[in-house]
Amino acid sequence: MVRLFLSGDDPQSRILAAILLIILFALAFAPFLFPGTRSLETAARICIFIVVVASYDLLLGYAGIVSFAHTMFFGMGAYGVALATRQMGTGYDALILGTLAGTVVSAVFALVIALFSLRVRAIFFAMITLAIASAVAVLVSQLSAITGGEDGMNIRIPRELGPAFRPFDEPVLGINLSGRHVNYYLVFFSCLIMFLLMLRVVNSPFGRVLQAIRENAFRAEAIGYRVVYYRAMATMLSAAMAALAGAVFAIWLRYVGPTTTLGVEIMLDILLIVVIGGMGTMYGAVVGTAVFILAQNYLKDWMGGASDATAFLPLVPDLLDPDRWLMWLGILFILSVYFFPSGIVGRLRGKT
Amino acid sequence: MTHAPEHAPKMARLSLSDRLEPWLPILLVPAIVVFGFVLIDSPGSWLTLTVSGLAMGMMIFVIASGMTLVFGLMDVINFGHGAFVSFGAFVGVSVLVVLGGMTGASSLALNLLALGMAMLAAMAVTGAMGFAFERVIVRPVYGSHLKQILVTMGGLIVAEQLIHVIWGGEEIFIGRPEMLKGSITLFGATLEKYRLIAVGLGLILFLAMRAVLRGTKLGLIVRAGVENPEMVMAMGYQIRRVFVMVFVAGSALAGLGGVMWGLYQEVITAQMGMEIMILVFIVVIIGGLGSVEGCFIGALMVGLLQNYTAFLEPKLALISNIALMVAILMWRPQGMIPVIKAK
Repeated sequence: MVRLFLSGDDPQSRILAAILLIILFALAFAPFLFPGTRSLETAARICIFIVVVASYDLLLGYAGIVSFAHTMFFGMGAYGVALATRQMGTGYDALILGTLAGTVVSAVFALVIALFSLRVRAIFFAMITLAIASAVAVLVSQLSAITGGEDGMNIRIPRELGPAFRPFDEPVLGINLSGRHVNYYLVFFSCLIMFLLMLRVVNSPFGRVLQAIRENAFRAEAIGYRVVYYRAMATMLSAAMAALAGAVFAIWLRYVGPTTTLGVEIMLDILLIVVIGGMGTMYGAVVGTAVFILAQNYLKDWMGGASDATAFLPLVPDLLDPDRWLMWLGILFILSVYFFPSGIVGRLRGKT
Repeated sequence: MTHAPEHAPKMARLSLSDRLEPWLPILLVPAIVVFGFVLIDSPGSWLTLTVSGLAMGMMIFVIASGMTLVFGLMDVINFGHGAFVSFGAFVGVSVLVVLGGMTGASSLALNLLALGMAMLAAMAVTGAMGFAFERVIVRPVYGSHLKQILVTMGGLIVAEQLIHVIWGGEEIFIGRPEMLKGSITLFGATLEKYRLIAVGLGLILFLAMRAVLRGTKLGLIVRAGVENPEMVMAMGYQIRRVFVMVFVAGSALAGLGGVMWGLYQEVITAQMGMEIMILVFIVVIIGGLGSVEGCFIGALMVGLLQNYTAFLEPKLALISNIALMVAILMWRPQGMIPVIKAK
């Protein structure tokens, strides 16, 4: 039964299985284990980023394609929901329609980009996606009449998903449940389903072909697989998943803006999580995201303390300034590409 | 009995389109200029825009030329190239600030001397950085595009953050040297002096680079290496060493481009390299990876188109360049002047 859900892709390591179970358990009961708004926000963010990162890993780790437009697709899903609710008013139909529209648009967009860049050289894809994603980000902040510009847009979601709604009069397990918790479980289960779906995809014959192309595109083509077709499909699938995650993110945050969905920093976070977690392993997305987001929340505080403690030294406090944490991530990133290309999960599975 | 096939030599000229074909990419630049003239109704603003477009194109060319050669020679894609642009700009501006007495003086010679020293300092620093970058970051990942993209991107982040550590703050505003401020009026168009100088400098650099690539033995090895590195190695040349030289030269040029760009915008930020890289990628792709001429043509096209559209419809400026890229890739998927044949 478990194997069926995992599509036959066992964790293959006791420690990894234990970590995954802990993460699953913690996320499933987050409202009860860690009461408080901030921890619920963190848990929801982890759920959503697991899907975003996993969908990016589908492209980077399984198909070997580097894209810098993943946040663009993520943003398309989020903006889809925002625009639909503004046009159609608050309601589930608007949420569903917005999600679908965002997903379809980003899949089509991905197909177009894939067709004219992957056709020539896979390396063009990285450069072209970078150019297009930045153009779209600029456009979104300029077309403020439609997208709300830099300020972004607030989204009005149905009352049942908001904090004012009380599903039960009595506290459950000591917690006063609100619509926020309903919303959290919407996030949790949709992310769980999407993740298991992607696990299914990468372990299907389609996923195997992608891995073959990653290892040797020339040979895969010679065997008879149409490399461009498979790469374009992987791009589309990954974009659609990112858009779905973006829609869920928008519903959870009740807000979209360029910095929360389209920013370069989010793209770098995603890249980093994939590499740290382990390229080419879906579980890497889970472990990497959990570690990264927790670290992001607490490391910055620690760096602030360290910076203050070393204030008497030259240069050191500047290097340890919390604003410089991206630099340390960059160094960590370079080192992990060199020394741990298979990431945490690869290490735990004993493959180097 | 069958007739012998027709193989008598004929003295027909090639048709016009066949003769024109090799020149098409070069003709695209004047085509854009004419196109701009038709769409912009005032000749004065057209001239102003053309000069600033050419200036922008020249600067992008200076930055992009090193990157395209690096790719051509060793199949190395360097996403960290933008770091050299930012570093060059910060070093150059620091030198200009130190030489405040020279830049403030109303003597053209002193101003140009200060500018020259700033540019040399920037080139020296970014050249040295390029040497280190090649050793530490790029060398371990030869042969794997995926790792190159990831690692050089990481290098870019670290370099950007180092700028924050060294120079602090967000952005630095700088004034141009005294004699390069202001503009001259020609046929009713205001042309900024600095832009004219940028165009001249870019043109000189392009011609110098062409002369080196076409006229010296080193240039011959570089061009041969771009076309077929294995063959050049088989001939006994150490292509690695040539590659390091090209990498350092390309980084130094990127630093120079950074100084030029910083003075053009009159403001520098740590992220500027990354922002310029987007245009550089477009240029390198449409020019054809590995081709210096293609890079030059592409840079001029992007610079001109960017300025014309920014005047006609500001919101479409970046989109227009992407549209240009899409159109060129549909026409010639390998870029306008494809040179890499063996890979």
